[in-house]
Amino acid sequence: MVDPTLLVGAGGVLGALARHLLGERIDTRTADTLAVNVLGSFVLGVLVSVPVDESVLLVFGTGFCGAFTTFSTFAFETVRLYESGERRRAVFNGVVNLVGALAAVGLGWFVAATLA
Amino acid sequence: MGPEPAGGASDGPSHALERVEPLLLIAVGGFVGAALRHTLAVALPAAAFPWGTLAANVLGSFALGLLLYENRLAGALSAETRLVVGTGFLSSFTTYSTFAVETTTLAPPLAVANVAANYALGFAAVLCGRWVARVIA
Repeated sequence: MVDPTLLVGAGGVLGALARHLLGERIDTRTADTLAVNVLGSFVLGVLVSVPVDESVLLVFGTGFCGAFTTFSTFAFETVRLYESGERRRAVFNGVVNLVGALAAVGLGWFVAATLA
Repeated sequence: MGPEPAGGASDGPSHALERVEPLLLIAVGGFVGAALRHTLAVALPAAAFPWGTLAANVLGSFALGLLLYENRLAGALSAETRLVVGTGFLSSFTTYSTFAVETTTLAPPLAVANVAANYALGFAAVLCGRWVARVIA
């Protein structure tokens, strides 16, 4: 098998490029970051619920989904919102990312179970 | 790849390069970020609590706070550096999807602790990064 680190890195290239090409930017417009986090969590939810090869999980799960979604941008944008006086939006952003991502994981599991 | 000469030519080939170069920088950052996150997760001793993701998210949030506030305060870093490090490396190094999936696999008290730790330490790390940026600016 190829070195796991290389597999994860290759998935990371695809994830980072896909996130960038979808138009995600680091600023106080948080809808783009929410979108990649929810979408990536759904895909990872599917991947961990179906029997796939370990190398597939490394490339597309740890690599692609891990890199496509982002915590640092989410944290930075939330802190910026809070400090710019938009405290309700900041709290809402924190809650909606969490609820959205957890629901997406659940939906991914449900879709995988339904299709299996 | 180097800096354009003053009043640099904006003819065909160099224009095409300008379009491809950001993607190349993000790709490199994405590779290193994801690979290092995996290395960190493997290096930490196996435990019931997902320490690897927490460590990557907190470290990455600190570095992004440092990078972006350094840009606002001093502006010493180039746009290329911010692209490769911020959009490429740090955004790939940190992850929300793995954090979410791991949270669903934990027992309720640990799941709450995982969310609280990632959120509280992640936000605090951004503020620490800004503080360091102010000190060095």
